Amino acid sequence: MASTSGRDAFVEFERVQKSYDGETLVVKDLNLRIPKGEFLTMLGPSGSGKTTCLMMLAGFETATHGDIRLDGRPINHIPPHKRGIGMVFQNYALFPHMTIAENLSFPLEVRGMGKSEREGKIRRALDMVEMGGFEGRRPAQLSGGQQQRVALARALVFEPELVLMDEPLGALDKQLREKMQFEITHLAHNLGITTVYVTHDQTEALTMSDRVAVFNDGRIQQIAPPDELYESPQNSFVAQFIGENNTLEGTVKEIKGGVALVELDDGGVIDAKPVNVERPGERTLVSIRPERVEFNRERLQAGVHTLKAEVLEFIYMGDIFRTRLRVAGCDDFIIKTRNAPDQRRLQPGEQIEIGWLPEDCRALDLPAR
Amino acid sequence: MADTAADMPTDIVGALRTPDGRPLKQALAQAERRARIRALVLVLPLLAFVLLTFIIPIGQMLSRSLLNDTFSANMPALTRWFDENPGAEPDEAAFEALVMDLRAAKEARTQGAVGTRINYEVPGTRSLFTKTARRADRIEPPYREAVLDVDKDWARRDLWAAMRSAAAPVTTNFYQAALDRKITPEGEFAFADKQSRIYITLFVRTFVLALAITGLCLVLGFPVAHLLAVLPMRKASLLLILVLLPFWTSLLVRTTSWMVLLQGQGVINDTLVALGVLGDENRLSLMYNQAGTIIAMTHILLPFMILPLYSVMKTIPPSYARAARSLGATSWTTFRRIYVPQTVPGIGAGAILVFILAVGYYITPALVGGATGTLISNQIAFHMQESLNWSLAAALATMLLAAVLVLYWVYDRIVGIDNMKLG
Ligand SMILES: Nc1ncnc2c1ncn2[C@@H]1O[C@H](COP(=O)(O)OP(=O)(O)O)[C@@H](O)[C@H]1O
Ligand SMILES: [Mg+2]
Repeated sequence: MASTSGRDAFVEFERVQKSYDGETLVVKDLNLRIPKGEFLTMLGPSGSGKTTCLMMLAGFETATHGDIRLDGRPINHIPPHKRGIGMVFQNYALFPHMTIAENLSFPLEVRGMGKSEREGKIRRALDMVEMGGFEGRRPAQLSGGQQQRVALARALVFEPELVLMDEPLGALDKQLREKMQFEITHLAHNLGITTVYVTHDQTEALTMSDRVAVFNDGRIQQIAPPDELYESPQNSFVAQFIGENNTLEGTVKEIKGGVALVELDDGGVIDAKPVNVERPGERTLVSIRPERVEFNRERLQAGVHTLKAEVLEFIYMGDIFRTRLRVAGCDDFIIKTRNAPDQRRLQPGEQIEIGWLPEDCRALDLPAR
Repeated sequence: MADTAADMPTDIVGALRTPDGRPLKQALAQAERRARIRALVLVLPLLAFVLLTFIIPIGQMLSRSLLNDTFSANMPALTRWFDENPGAEPDEAAFEALVMDLRAAKEARTQGAVGTRINYEVPGTRSLFTKTARRADRIEPPYREAVLDVDKDWARRDLWAAMRSAAAPVTTNFYQAALDRKITPEGEFAFADKQSRIYITLFVRTFVLALAITGLCLVLGFPVAHLLAVLPMRKASLLLILVLLPFWTSLLVRTTSWMVLLQGQGVINDTLVALGVLGDENRLSLMYNQAGTIIAMTHILLPFMILPLYSVMKTIPPSYARAARSLGATSWTTFRRIYVPQTVPGIGAGAILVFILAVGYYITPALVGGATGTLISNQIAFHMQESLNWSLAAALATMLLAAVLVLYWVYDRIVGIDNMKLG
């Protein structure tokens, strides 16, 4: 994994704050270091300040406080057109009165590049996104996916070292989106450019990124590679925002040898990994992924605590089975099992016992209601 | 198992039919006809209104500019003589017909109208008709000598040429006049006398001033429209009210207030003199000339430029400008190459609106234009109200209409009418 030490950070936010109205902070104390060549995704619900961060980096908004550095240089006072940052917008922002070739030519012309050099670069950029042959068309004559590709080519044609993308795939249908996710990641890695990608779609974030920064309420809640983010969420927001999750409320009884004993509100007791609980008596939210729940007695580790559960519903989903249980007074406890020849299908009304490995069950902060 | 294609009955050639056997095309046409009729009934009142108030008057105007039967209706005998003797010099029979007609005209009191009609062509001849008609009862044969005794002007060749051309109900005389031309008795197409050559100058002045006003409106209106489009909602509404304020004030009041501002002893001159910018003896003449017309009309027509521009600018997302900046363009390049081209539909709509309104404007130039700042419309109004030469007024108006249509066509070729956004 790329080092994130201060010296070789290519993009650096340091204690950045942003307020539009002087009353509320939209971005609160943002610290972020992005090494060269990394694909970093800002993930978070709508209104969490992702676009604002991107706009500050691009130079369209100024930080109310703090420093933003690009390649070691503070850029607070550099106008947007001198930052040399490629950008892809959600609505693509292809100039409607220009052809595709003219759109791509624009950044090269304003850099004073000669005609023959421009033509070569335009052709290569269009070939790169498999849009060769569309030079003479207008943006309105292209499909959404094609416009997306052209927007990408335009952001890359002047060979920026940093590319920003704000929900670029938001307007595409699911299939096209998945294809483009794959292509964008490939392009970014092959060209070795640093990418800051904004999305509110967690699947997109997980599949594309080297690292994901989870935003909520103007703060980065956790910044980690996708696997770590999914398997080791650092707080209850991240756990609930990324992937599907079962949560149960309880109180910490004791913490011993890296395992917390949690007494659930209805009296059941479970083992969990203490993540941000420190001492007995604290209220906690334990979180467990549906695919990590085990109901097969033989496969359960000896000695772990188990809970009684009643099967409420069995849903056949092709590659997996989704079973809804009532556990500790909670009616929407989900378990997912793979559709395999030896897999047992649970029947509604069945009484079972469920358990898990203590490290798969995370005792997190209980968010205030 | 029936598949869906087999459910749909088809005939031998394969045309689709509805389940009750009618060809699909026919059923579709019938269904659409009903909708079309309903739509037609809805627009019928408007159609009738437009026909009554717009198409018919314009048609009337066109026909009036070409048809004028004042002479042929009131001078039937002479008209017949002209018909029977094409190209002939007036003989005794012609003078007899003239006397008969003048007697009848005197009875019907139409000699004045006839005289006025000929007076358009040959100035100063109206009295000839009234005087001779008054004495027509006492004129005895031989008519030629007798009439020439009344006034020897009756021998003028140009007078007889004018009567001959006025006898034809369809005439291009008024268009000739509107073009400052005339057809000489020798049949040549020539310039009219110097003192009556005014219309070409006026047409040119009208179009030049209208262009200047359109240009000024664009230059002044563009920043305002841009401001309207980027300001937050509440401030934009306030500014919009200010832009629309002139619409809620009477045109006459606005023009008069410009007179108060612009006149020699007016607010602007007084201020400049008081500030010492101007000496008291060389006050600017801002009124009763072209400057007055341009200033007052620019102000009056400005909203017609601002509104279409605003409605177009409002729909241009800020992300285009941002994209251009991020691609390396300075704000000036972004404005010139990205923003302005996207406002072209608004510029086009505003420009053509202001231009057409300016070309036809009449009250303001009449009040502040003086001698050098009046436009062709003022001449049209003059012929409608003062000289009562409606045919000439109609010919001038038709030429104005034609010129505007030509410009409209040129505009369509250059900018494209469908590339214009009015609202
Ligand atoms: N130009 C602006 N003026 C005022 N408030 C804004 C502006 N842009 C965004 N905001 C506010 O800032 C917050 C964060 O917005 P944004 O950065 O767009 O979030 P995200 O991209 O994560 O959805 C929102 O509450 C939004 O209403
Ligand atoms: Mg956003």
